[in-house]
Amino acid sequence: MKELSEVNLPEDVRYTKDHEWARPKGEAFQIGITDFAQDQLGDIVFVELPETGDRFESGDEFGTVESVKAVSELFMPMGGEVVAINEALEDSPELVNTAPYTDGWMLEIKVGDPAAYDQLMDRAAYLDMLKGLEE
Amino acid sequence: MKEPVGTRGLILNEPFLWERGGKGRTGYSLPRRDVDSAPLPEDLAGDGPDFPDLSEVELVRHYTRLSTWNYGVDSGMYPLGSCTMKYNPKTNERQASLPGFTGAHPLVPSELCQGALQLIYELEHSLAHVAGLDAASVQPSAGAQGELAGMLVFAAYHRDQGKARSKILIPDTAHGTNPASAALCGFKAVSVATGPDGVLVPEAVEALMDEDTAGIMVTNPNTLGLFETHIQAIADIVHAKDGLVYADGANLNAVMGVVDFGRAGVDVLHINLHKTFSTPHGGGGPGSGPVCVVKRLEPFLPAPRVVKSGDGYALSEDFPKSIGKLHAFYGNFGIMVRAYSYIRTMGNKLKDVSQHAVLNANYIKEKLKDVYHLPFDVPCMHECVFSDKLQEQHKVTTLDVAKRLIDYGFHPPTIYFPLVVHGAIMIEPTESESRENIDQFIATMRRIAREAQEEPALLQEAPRNPKVRRMDETQAARKPCLRG
Amino acid sequence: MRYLSHTPEDLSIMLQAVGVRDLDELFSTIPDDCKRENPLDLPEMTEWELNDHMAALAGRMVSGADYKVFAGAGSYHHYIPEVTRYLLSRSEFVTAYTPYQPEISQGTLQGIFEYQTLICRLLGMDVANASLYDGAMAVAEALLMAIRISRRKKTVAVSSLVNPYYRKVVETYFKPTEFHVVELPRREDGTTDLSGLDRIDDLAGVAIQSPNFFGCIEDLAAAGQAIHDQGAIFITCFSEPLAYGILKAPGALDADIVCGEGQSLGIPQSFGGPGVGIFAAKQQYVRNLPGRLVGQTVDADGKRGFVLTLSTREQHIRREKATSNICSNQSLCAMAAGMYMAALGGTGFRELAALNRDKAEYLKSALQDAGLEIPFAPATFNEFVVKFPDGFDQKWQALLQKKILAGIPLVCYYPELANHYLLCVTETRSKDDMDALVKEVQS
Repeated sequence: MKELSEVNLPEDVRYTKDHEWARPKGEAFQIGITDFAQDQLGDIVFVELPETGDRFESGDEFGTVESVKAVSELFMPMGGEVVAINEALEDSPELVNTAPYTDGWMLEIKVGDPAAYDQLMDRAAYLDMLKGLEE
Repeated sequence: MKEPVGTRGLILNEPFLWERGGKGRTGYSLPRRDVDSAPLPEDLAGDGPDFPDLSEVELVRHYTRLSTWNYGVDSGMYPLGSCTMKYNPKTNERQASLPGFTGAHPLVPSELCQGALQLIYELEHSLAHVAGLDAASVQPSAGAQGELAGMLVFAAYHRDQGKARSKILIPDTAHGTNPASAALCGFKAVSVATGPDGVLVPEAVEALMDEDTAGIMVTNPNTLGLFETHIQAIADIVHAKDGLVYADGANLNAVMGVVDFGRAGVDVLHINLHKTFSTPHGGGGPGSGPVCVVKRLEPFLPAPRVVKSGDGYALSEDFPKSIGKLHAFYGNFGIMVRAYSYIRTMGNKLKDVSQHAVLNANYIKEKLKDVYHLPFDVPCMHECVFSDKLQEQHKVTTLDVAKRLIDYGFHPPTIYFPLVVHGAIMIEPTESESRENIDQFIATMRRIAREAQEEPALLQEAPRNPKVRRMDETQAARKPCLRG
Repeated sequence: MRYLSHTPEDLSIMLQAVGVRDLDELFSTIPDDCKRENPLDLPEMTEWELNDHMAALAGRMVSGADYKVFAGAGSYHHYIPEVTRYLLSRSEFVTAYTPYQPEISQGTLQGIFEYQTLICRLLGMDVANASLYDGAMAVAEALLMAIRISRRKKTVAVSSLVNPYYRKVVETYFKPTEFHVVELPRREDGTTDLSGLDRIDDLAGVAIQSPNFFGCIEDLAAAGQAIHDQGAIFITCFSEPLAYGILKAPGALDADIVCGEGQSLGIPQSFGGPGVGIFAAKQQYVRNLPGRLVGQTVDADGKRGFVLTLSTREQHIRREKATSNICSNQSLCAMAAGMYMAALGGTGFRELAALNRDKAEYLKSALQDAGLEIPFAPATFNEFVVKFPDGFDQKWQALLQKKILAGIPLVCYYPELANHYLLCVTETRSKDDMDALVKEVQS
């Protein structure tokens, strides 16, 4: 597993305590899991995602991500409606391991209250949280 | 250390069944045809299955070669924690294969199946006697179905009391089947944290038990190999709120002839005949998971039940409060025959079985605790749980230790369970192993601990001796190939 | 005691190493008031005594070997070739645990992978699991799976011509849940009446047995159409898989889940168990399957091998959210079924199935010629219903004295069907046996 200094934490996304990230994309937001989360899970073998059109509140479980011997739930960083899912993950779940912030994205959501994005953690706050977990 | 048991040997490759054979061969002798052909109407008829055609010799070679890639209790020591891989007596196989049993149709009138009914009746009584409870049903097909039966009894009892309950308490050391079985009955599992000494503390149960909680599921001895010493106090707390106490008897092999589950406050206990009562595991089954109960819960047991009437035995459906049927017929009868044979063979020596099983586990614990971390250094029951904490510094994990044991000719212990111990190594030697075997196992584990320090690659790259090395499980799960 | 090897000397050395005085002290952590007040009181037998005792019990049983049993109803008397019995008794298969350590379990794993494959080929399905307990539990699991697939629907329907014992087990599994089971009526001709399907709300899945409990072959193509029209999962089940040696495979008729009892495939009847619960489905539902799955992969050297896979569905990982609570299954029985299918081969399986049908048709015609009524017209495999004249129950009892079991009375399951009996003929019944039966019922 990676040392904290090796974990990739880009500046252009916001983070949640459950290790999801969100990034504005046009009118919508892209959602995925962080490099820290994928590293903890190990080789990802399956990602279960909702259907487009499904609606969720902030904090709702929207799917699961599986490694060989573990299942983790995925939680919504913000409430909204799913407008796209990353269909490439069906055949290539390993994209979440190899490119968690780019090709390994999971959902695009249309958010009721875009200001919710600003409530999420920035890089520094998330990194602080991870340091807290290490101790 | 004596020469290791594990060695090299000629291993034969073997293709799939369908990579062998040739159209028109057969390994079966059809009876002589004595009636005319009467084909199906064409619109119903299919082409028949696309099976390979093999001669009898091909069939024998195929499965004989496959069998040599397996490791069984008959091959060597199998210290798989909480699985009780004890010796499977051969006389049990003889009894189960008596033509009177194997050829019996389950729906003949009861006067034509008295032998089977008597066996079921007596087995249920013997199991209840060993448990210290009042009645038993052998209908559940395996441990998990025994748990389900127990949870169904809980649900039926509370409905009968006039109020269904929605929650169930389950300790964090529990086997995964416990919450899964409870969930099938609509109960929400509430986790109870294990106390600092590896056992439940009454306060933790007190804090969670309420009148919407159906009861508690406790594995006793628990999966850390420790007897739940506060079981009575916990039972009192649960009973005070009219809850019920379920004991998972996966580890009954530790306490036969010693513990009285009724006195301990347990209302329902399931037993695994394929663990405690010596029936073979068969590479994953069939098992049998009888459920034992106290008197007031007897009306809820699965039906039909075998009852004694005069000199004979009969099947009775007359149990209006019964949870119903769990098996198309009466359960895995062939497994019951084996367990019954074992119980009659052992008699009261079942207590010796538990004593020796516990002695063996404590002996291993004492002889290994200086080289493997022992999270709970207290007297254990029939299994002891170590961790890989001392090996971590050499970048060696529990998995590596387990795989290295294979090279030395032992089946690995249960690993990474219970979840409350990080990197758990759970060793259950059972009563079956001789002192020499156990000493050889201990010497091997100590040698592996030394290798972990001096030459960790030996562990990290283990095993090297079996037919295959470590498998790519990620590929298996990412791109499932489930048929040929 | 021959299963325990410690001598007094061993015990004393080991007790000393542990640091306790005697065996009782090993149990000092157990509170006294949890201990037995009275010692065990069980009889103990020598192997000699056990042999006599068990022979006496087995002797008080009717077996297919000395009775002419014309009964099926979910348990079938088929011949088991000695070669499969012999191979199955290899202790490497019998005394192994669940193959969690794949490096030393490749025999079980490849054997079960082959079983899964042959089951898929037999039923025309994409995936089959490594086994469930029995046919009854398999149907219950199939219905629960249909509810999971539907995500929010709460009702399932089961044909009243599914084996009555399977329906009872379904009832047990569904009783504590929030889901409902609706029973579909039967038509006069002995097949399932699907005409009311569109009046059932919230329908997740429908289970139809074929051949059904009366032995009649259902029109699965039409059933599938009607069930899919309601947006429900089409489940077909069976108690006699040998029928698929000559019948169209349910997979070819668009079944979503196919499940049932596999006892016929080389497993002794053994008073009803152990048999094997067969469970197969379309590929798209693979992550909803209950039970274990064996998958093919490669080892560190790239060599072909097998592992238990997609385990995240199962209780040891997903706990209360698992697709089923099953852990131990019927692995050795699945091995037996695999061996049996391989021993027969495609050619033998087809021939044996045809022979079962031919013999059953012979008896059916002979009974008809003797003036008895065959109340249900649809084609059958190796079981069919006969209506005997009033008062036949006494004759049926009298035939037992002559070591003939003339079928199963249906009135126990369908009170309106007095004098109706379900008869079964497999390859183990000869023409002479059947002629004798016909002669007796005529007299």
